[in-house]
Amino acid sequence: MKLRVQRLITPQSIALVAVLVFNWVLFPGFFSVEWKDGRLFGSLIDVLNRGAPVAILAIGMTAVIATKGVDLSVGAVMAIAGAVAATSVEGGLSVWAAVPLALVAGLACGLWNGVLVAVLDIQPIIATLVIMVAGRGIAQLITQGFIVTFTDPALIYIGTGSFAGLPMTVLIAAALLIVTTLLVRRTALGLLIEAVGVNRSAARFAGISALSLLLLVYVFSGFCAAIAGVIVAADIHGADANNAGLWLELDAILAVVIGGTSLLGGRFSIPMSVLGALIIQAMNTGILVSGFPPEFNLIVKAGIIIAILILQSPVASRLFKRA
Amino acid sequence: MNILKKLALGAGMAALLATTAMADGMVVGFSQIGSESGWRAAETSVTKQEAEKRGIDLKFADAQQKQENQIKAIRGFIAQGVDAILVAPVVATGWDEVLGEAKDAKIPVILLDRGIDGSPDLYLTSVASDQVHEGAVAAGWLVQAVGDKPCNVVELEGTVGSSPAINRKKGFDDEIAKHANFKITRSQTGDFTRSKGKEVMEGFIKAEDGGKSICAVYAHSDDMMVGAIQAMKDAGLKPGTDILTVSIDAVPDLFTAMAAGEANATVELTPNMAGPAFEALAAFKKDGTLPAKAIITESKLYTQKDDPAGEASRRKSLGY
Repeated sequence: MKLRVQRLITPQSIALVAVLVFNWVLFPGFFSVEWKDGRLFGSLIDVLNRGAPVAILAIGMTAVIATKGVDLSVGAVMAIAGAVAATSVEGGLSVWAAVPLALVAGLACGLWNGVLVAVLDIQPIIATLVIMVAGRGIAQLITQGFIVTFTDPALIYIGTGSFAGLPMTVLIAAALLIVTTLLVRRTALGLLIEAVGVNRSAARFAGISALSLLLLVYVFSGFCAAIAGVIVAADIHGADANNAGLWLELDAILAVVIGGTSLLGGRFSIPMSVLGALIIQAMNTGILVSGFPPEFNLIVKAGIIIAILILQSPVASRLFKRA
Repeated sequence: MNILKKLALGAGMAALLATTAMADGMVVGFSQIGSESGWRAAETSVTKQEAEKRGIDLKFADAQQKQENQIKAIRGFIAQGVDAILVAPVVATGWDEVLGEAKDAKIPVILLDRGIDGSPDLYLTSVASDQVHEGAVAAGWLVQAVGDKPCNVVELEGTVGSSPAINRKKGFDDEIAKHANFKITRSQTGDFTRSKGKEVMEGFIKAEDGGKSICAVYAHSDDMMVGAIQAMKDAGLKPGTDILTVSIDAVPDLFTAMAAGEANATVELTPNMAGPAFEALAAFKKDGTLPAKAIITESKLYTQKDDPAGEASRRKSLGY
């Protein structure tokens, strides 16, 4: 039992608690959660709700980074998925057709990335840069340059609805987290991914199909990005091809890094990446309620991130152990 | 490069062929930046309409965000011997040479909605909105609507450091500062986007006692306000009644919200920059009247009384 408690005390959880306490000092109402219109309402819920898209991206990104790759295209894939979902429902399709179509678009983008990386052996940062650049253009083609707004209640429900008091977005992210974690930790899948990330050739010689695993992680990342894209579009009742998911690939990578997964591949933890995403969002929400002038936003964020990264550097963790 | 040249040549030839025998109309070249936003698309279609209204033969060139394309288009216009050139410059620098060529060819140049760093001799006039004034008009409406009651205002700023954000904030804040019953309690950037506008407003509502202590919202763009309106509705507030809204741009979706009673006012950034330009041009061609170096467009205020539903559909047809 003692061991279990100790496992929960990581630099990440300390950082999250520290950021939350800091927010509470700046804004005393930060932890107050009330029941309003059949759902929970408060800043903490906002952190979960607003953090969900990046958390979902981070789940896919963790798998990719564990194979020593990176997926820069997720922000643009979000824009494509949102554009597909919005234009389909506006074109008269039901939400049951529009959302799967959007997810298929994400899978297709992921497959493209996977083929470039796994089959053609192009470096992941370059391979995924293609859709990062072109994807927003594709999304603009789909929306024809407009912000496509929709009023379909079922689609909007995905972004703003709530079930059992919790926002749908949080439930979707939580379900994805649980399913993915079980899948990689209760089967050999996680181990195989780590093996490919540590040494692709060695993994292949050991009989692991590195090719299909690489394809799988990029397709999965595209799938996660598509879910996040549908959520973001549903949230604002419209697909904004220019701005949906803009720079979120960097937030997702940051979340994974804060979560302690090495960019050099190998050992990874999906729950820790989600924790990383929550730390980032806790900072963002904290800045909004604190009343800092906007010119300080980026400096405050950068300062906190440096502190977290120092906290989990090898030097600091050695000091930790000694103490 | 070669292909680009051929394409440009081809486009030039096509434009020449397209020239119809307009007996009394002027021929005007228009080098547009591109179509990166709804407003830009609307500016293009309004320019075409204004030209048609006056019997002007408009030659349109889309630069796709590249200055080199604009320079090529302007050289093409000079070679065709047009009567005047309209340019919406994509950047402020690097115009001396090509505008000098236009000047040597005695073709007047009019700048639309953005300025350049260069000698004012290079162009006839520039038509643009006054962003500080836009902020002041928004504040003026709010002051009049609220009267003498105490009023806490929250502000959704544009992208930090961008000129519309700086100017629209200055215009609004300066005007509000003249009235003691007003106080700007919170101000944060929403990056001109819907989703950030919504997220920032959610934070403001939490921080301001569930929104009860907010009297009005001011957003530097309508898109941010559309997001903020959703945030207010999600929090069980009635935007437009519980919390007054005023924003800038006049895009169709804000008029839709206004028609539903969820928004109060917007200040128009007019897409009609070409109308005043053509008028100045006509006067100059007729008897050489030199217009002012900077023509400021009207920053018109729209409220719920101004047929918002009609405005929404009218504007959608302009390509917003």
